[in-house]
Amino acid sequence: MNAFTIAFAYMRLRPLHMTLNVILLALGIAAISLLMLFAHQLENRMMRNAAGIDMVVGAKGSPIQLILSSLYHLDVPTGNIPLAEAESLAADPRVKSVMPLALGDSFRGFRIVGTSHSYVAHYGGDILAGTLWDVTMEVTLGAVAARDLGLVVGDQFIPNHGLANAASNHSDHRYRIVGVLKPTGTVVDRLILTSVESVWVVHGYNPMNAMQIENRADEHNTVEDHEGSEEKETTYEITALLVKFRSPIALVSLPRFINARTSMQAALPGYEISRLMKLVGFGVDAFRAFAGVLVVSAGLGIFTTLYNALSERRYDIAVFRALGASQGRVLWQFLLEGALLSLVGAVLGLVIGHSIAELTGIWLWREHQLNFSGMIWLAGEFWLLGLAFTIGLVAGLLPAIQAYRLDVSGVLAKG
Amino acid sequence: MALLEARGIRHSFGGEAGITFPDWQANGGEHWIFFGSSGSGKTTFLNILSGLLTPNEGIVRVANQNLSLLKPAARDSLRGKQIGIVFQQLHLVGALTVVGNLMLAQSLAGCPVDSAFAENLLSRVGLMDKSSAFPSQLSYGQMQRVALARALINNPKIVLADEPTSSLDDENAQRAIDVILEQVHLNGSLLVVATHDERIRHRFQKRLGLDPVETKS
Repeated sequence: MNAFTIAFAYMRLRPLHMTLNVILLALGIAAISLLMLFAHQLENRMMRNAAGIDMVVGAKGSPIQLILSSLYHLDVPTGNIPLAEAESLAADPRVKSVMPLALGDSFRGFRIVGTSHSYVAHYGGDILAGTLWDVTMEVTLGAVAARDLGLVVGDQFIPNHGLANAASNHSDHRYRIVGVLKPTGTVVDRLILTSVESVWVVHGYNPMNAMQIENRADEHNTVEDHEGSEEKETTYEITALLVKFRSPIALVSLPRFINARTSMQAALPGYEISRLMKLVGFGVDAFRAFAGVLVVSAGLGIFTTLYNALSERRYDIAVFRALGASQGRVLWQFLLEGALLSLVGAVLGLVIGHSIAELTGIWLWREHQLNFSGMIWLAGEFWLLGLAFTIGLVAGLLPAIQAYRLDVSGVLAKG
Repeated sequence: MALLEARGIRHSFGGEAGITFPDWQANGGEHWIFFGSSGSGKTTFLNILSGLLTPNEGIVRVANQNLSLLKPAARDSLRGKQIGIVFQQLHLVGALTVVGNLMLAQSLAGCPVDSAFAENLLSRVGLMDKSSAFPSQLSYGQMQRVALARALINNPKIVLADEPTSSLDDENAQRAIDVILEQVHLNGSLLVVATHDERIRHRFQKRLGLDPVETKS
């Protein structure tokens, strides 16, 4: 028989009232925690996939679309850029390294990406089975792609033209799987990786000619010269170039130069992601405000519950005092009840929030192969618990003070 | 040295004319009746003696400790440990079981919670089989015995009972006093019953009249 058992005994007296208020608070907390989980994992995922890439260069168009298509493989590409122009950019002294991307095909919803081995290394990809692609028409699968497609080393497949499932087949070309990667937790897991040359072959170009153009680009080294020779040769193209700078100073001059003086577009991942977050952010803020209203109204609910309970319990409080309880003891009793109700609500809310997140994660995985989990704990959720606890304390404070000041003999005398 | 002592007590509520209480003292094991009509201040006097109410004037000593010199929390603690109170309206805590009410009194007084002792005390007042019932499931007579057991749970030196028989019929009034006297006797406590009930007056040798007329005579 202590303050806790007494608190639970009183909660049992008014189960419906208590339960409704606790549920109200739980829903508010659930909404906020769900929001935190989504925002955190979205940002985390975007940052991880963009880490270490200073600039993305692709065809002119929407910079966000360029970032989404070439960093996250979510949107369709803005178009293609001439290989020669890309090569000349790669030779720029301000550029430390580049990774080419050739997009356009897919297999059962998984994108086929023509790139270099350095792309795999950049995302920390390790070989699980087989090897990385070597010669033309060899592919290495990301972990998720391999698992969901049910393909293993040695299997062959005919790619679909386009990034959607229903597109037509390149029936005369077959890719051969030579390796599968370990999971990296990045976008690479969901890709089918091959060489840029393989993508060209599938689209009917002879990679040998491209080599000549590469050599020629090296000789002349300017965009204008290359454009002069364009009519004689097939124009080899890639979709985008992921660029790392040699020094941050390049950030000032290089993107502006590319956007103003070439047919290409430069987009900066950090800038575009924060722009995107700002666009999405309004919705997040509105939702957060809504959840906040829910939490505050639940706090008021707990307050009215405790306050009503107080007037019903005036005699009981007087009896507590007569039985030897100090003023501090009855103050503590009410604060404890407020805090307990809010903590139960908060814990319930976090359980609900994480459960919804986990269920959504399972659904997202099945429908869109997006990785989202409710089984993580964010530091911010400690603050959420603290917030709920404070609301409970504040809700219990006024009844507690009134219990503290209760005129015991007056109440007892009235009978 | 008296166990419970009141000297020069005078108290008024708000602007009303004050009530002056007679000087009085009692020792352990004595059984007293405070007799007076409604409004004579019986309940007020009991509240002053138990430290629930601090009088405008005068001092109360419990085991030679001046209540008005104690800090509020110490006064509450002293009351919890040394004084058992049976309220006129009983004031059992409806949220708790019968035995829970007894353990509540142990806990709030800062005494160790001893459910075996509580059960034992319940069987002493004939409620052994009601320990896990809630007060609302009991008859008035049973509730009164629970209230008595709760007043005795910490083996107090002093037991104060406010109008324990006024709402009972003749037979039950005598039975209630039987139980109170019997249990208090077992504990060896000082008993003070405040009442206007003529039917139980003859059960007590030590009497204190609280009606203004009687105090003057």
